[in-house]
Amino acid sequence: MKHSAPASPKSSGTSPGGSPSGLRGVARAVSRLWLVPVALVLWEIGTRAADTPYFPSPTTIAVKMREMWLNGPASRLWLSDLALENFPPSLARLFAGWALAGVAGIVLGVMLGRSVLLARFVDPLVHFGRAIPPPMLLPLLIPLMSIGTQMQLTTIVFGVIWPVLLNTVDGARYVDRQHMETARVFGLSWGQRLWRVILPSSTPKIFAGLRLSLSLALILMVISELVGSTNGIGFQLRAAERAFDPPALWGAIVVLGLLGYVLNLAFFAIERRVLSWHRAAKQTT
Amino acid sequence: MLEISNLTHTYGSGPSAHNALGGIDLNVSEGELVCIVGPSGCGKSTLLRSIAGLLRPTGGQVVLNGAPVAQTPDDLAVVFQDYSRSLFPWMSVADNISLPLRRKGEGRKQRARSAMEALEQVGLAGAADKYPWELSGGMQQRVSIARALAYRPALMLMDEPFGSVDAQTREDLEDLTLRVRGHHNMTILLITHDIDESVYVGDRVVVLSKAPARIVGDLRVDLPGPRDQINTREHPDFVRLRAEVGRLVRGMRTSPASAS
Amino acid sequence: MTRQAVLGNRVLCGALGVAGLLLVMEAAGRAELVDPTVLPLTSTILTRVAELAVDEEFLVNVGATMTAWGLGLLLTVAVTVPLGLLLGSLPRLETAVRPLIEFLRPIPSVALIPLAILIFPDRLDLKIAVIFYASCWPVLINTMYGLQDVDPVAKETLRSFGFGPLAVLWRVSLPSTAPFIATGVRLAGGIALILAISAELLAGGSDGIGAYVIKAGSSPDGLEFIIAATMWAGILGVVTNSLFIGAERRLFRWHTARAGVTG
Ligand SMILES: Nc1ncnc2c1ncn2[C@@H]1O[C@H](COP(=O)(O)OP(=O)(O)OP(=O)(O)O)[C@@H](O)[C@H]1O
Ligand SMILES: [Mg+2]
Repeated sequence: MKHSAPASPKSSGTSPGGSPSGLRGVARAVSRLWLVPVALVLWEIGTRAADTPYFPSPTTIAVKMREMWLNGPASRLWLSDLALENFPPSLARLFAGWALAGVAGIVLGVMLGRSVLLARFVDPLVHFGRAIPPPMLLPLLIPLMSIGTQMQLTTIVFGVIWPVLLNTVDGARYVDRQHMETARVFGLSWGQRLWRVILPSSTPKIFAGLRLSLSLALILMVISELVGSTNGIGFQLRAAERAFDPPALWGAIVVLGLLGYVLNLAFFAIERRVLSWHRAAKQTT
Repeated sequence: MLEISNLTHTYGSGPSAHNALGGIDLNVSEGELVCIVGPSGCGKSTLLRSIAGLLRPTGGQVVLNGAPVAQTPDDLAVVFQDYSRSLFPWMSVADNISLPLRRKGEGRKQRARSAMEALEQVGLAGAADKYPWELSGGMQQRVSIARALAYRPALMLMDEPFGSVDAQTREDLEDLTLRVRGHHNMTILLITHDIDESVYVGDRVVVLSKAPARIVGDLRVDLPGPRDQINTREHPDFVRLRAEVGRLVRGMRTSPASAS
Repeated sequence: MTRQAVLGNRVLCGALGVAGLLLVMEAAGRAELVDPTVLPLTSTILTRVAELAVDEEFLVNVGATMTAWGLGLLLTVAVTVPLGLLLGSLPRLETAVRPLIEFLRPIPSVALIPLAILIFPDRLDLKIAVIFYASCWPVLINTMYGLQDVDPVAKETLRSFGFGPLAVLWRVSLPSTAPFIATGVRLAGGIALILAISAELLAGGSDGIGAYVIKAGSSPDGLEFIIAATMWAGILGVVTNSLFIGAERRLFRWHTARAGVTG
């Protein structure tokens, strides 16, 4: 029932953006990343040779992306009006949905994790809720809320709360017995127990849940924009499909892929920092 | 049957290299039970893995029945130090034992029969359909001995086979080893760091030094048979040999009286 | 004492929880606290849920979704597991391919649906293609991870009896990786359902639960049917997930028993 950990990439060290010190770092990066440029070149050659409209060459895609999104003034980081119209709303939905689901998931998760009785009553509901494919909500919500941010946020929150919730339940439930007993012996109040013992010791689990949620949030942001939106990257994707514009379509996919990649990296950086603090704190207390 | 000449092995290279074997010469003749003792981490397992062809030594060679060992020889079985990891948890005990027999081209029926026989020898006839993880540590170790026995190897290598079982089980397993070698005409190389055990089971005790391992003693054990846990251990020769091996293991020079 | 018995029984508590929620919602609807055009009465929804169970049109659509789901997963397993085994057994190849995986994996799979709509005229092909793309990652990553986790002593044991590398792969690496692969396939199963339904929502002229829901949306009491179909999608999710978990428990008892994992 757990969202299993192995699905997480173990290669936090493969960050190509890291600043390698000296020649050895460069050599290491080359030996690790050489296939990426090779793949790009093969992609270029392959698409040129095949010459089908559905598979434009990477250079075509890059040119299209530039002309769509990067023809603005330097003062705006060259972002075009189109980019400024569509990127921020998408990001806002993504982060707002993820943050809301994160807070709600942690709060509910701690409650369910610490109260065996409550969990017993709610368990089937949680498992049922988790099993509903979140895109099913779109046709349900669109007539209720009509197209707009509220409906998109609801979809994202509903879809991504489960990994956080279940992981938090897991973390909060299996707090080291000795830690809890120590807290009781020294008469820590309920709030102190929550902040000083339960939450810190659940942090690794909570982060595992948040990481799964983040990539899920990206997926749901896209689908909610594809189905019902008037702006956003997903909306542009849909527009490109309707206009039969494969280069624009690929461009949007590339942007979303880059977004996913950057989000992953950023999350790993934050997680490492937070969890190392966690480890250090555990050692000193 | 086994001739080891000037065997050396170094793990890694450069400043972090670790020289585990520093030139081992050892001959074992057919039917012998040789115990190898040495301090922890000296390179006993490394020696055994070189003999089994699981590791390519950096120098010297191992000759088994006249042929140099390059890959794992056919007529050889290993009882690993880490028995619980060497039994396959997804197979029943009987399947664990009969799996290697596939290599000998035995049919299904024959394999089952051999497995059953081996289990009876180690006193686990009732556990054939259990899974390894349903057994206690000592029982698991007996299963891995049974697996080696069923294979009927000419040479059996045992790496601290009784290392992690309780004292009573350990004595039982020692006696089991003595018993089965009487039944089959096997050559056995048994690694241990228990000095008592080496003298009790061995025909010969070979003592290795700290890393890089060299042979610092090679003693013949001539104790009256059949050996048994109480009388043999009280025998004056046993006591003397034990003290001798102990001195060698601790790196002291041998007393001139017992150098053979 | 009876109270103890009730509170100690997980199934009973769970059932009470579900019944309680349904009753509260029904009461709220009857008391007109909730607008029935926003949330229909629970009893109405439950009736619809029951009706759909024998509704031929709906069942055909469920069949279509599950066909795509099953074929997509099958294709994923058939392609990805051997690939994962290959990558996991050849570390140099793995290091070379790793960055490609790390770049491709974060692409949100649903973003490929519009492209797939253009490329695949056939709706089943379309669904299978996007399901494949989305569900290959958990299977691939878990296969590779599991392969790294194979006990070297177990491999050496087989080698010591003179078995070659292929025999070791087949008899040791594959069985001990199997539980990890199974976990990957179970996670992939959940994702595949999301993708199948998303594709049905987006690609016109498709059939399946998603298409059914879109069609229901245009009828006057469509909301009731949409909610009922959503319930069924949840039930399908629960059932398939439980089947996977049950199969894993049965097949890999050795794994869970050893690792001391429960649930
Ligand atoms: N694969 C390896 N790579 C590097 N060093 C190794 C490796 N295997 C063993 N060593 C080192 O070689 C030395 C000898 O190891 P070996 O396992 O042969 O010792 P041992 O005598 O069997 O020890 P023990 O009594 O603990 O079983 C040890 O210091 C160990 O750290
Ligand atoms: Mg050893």
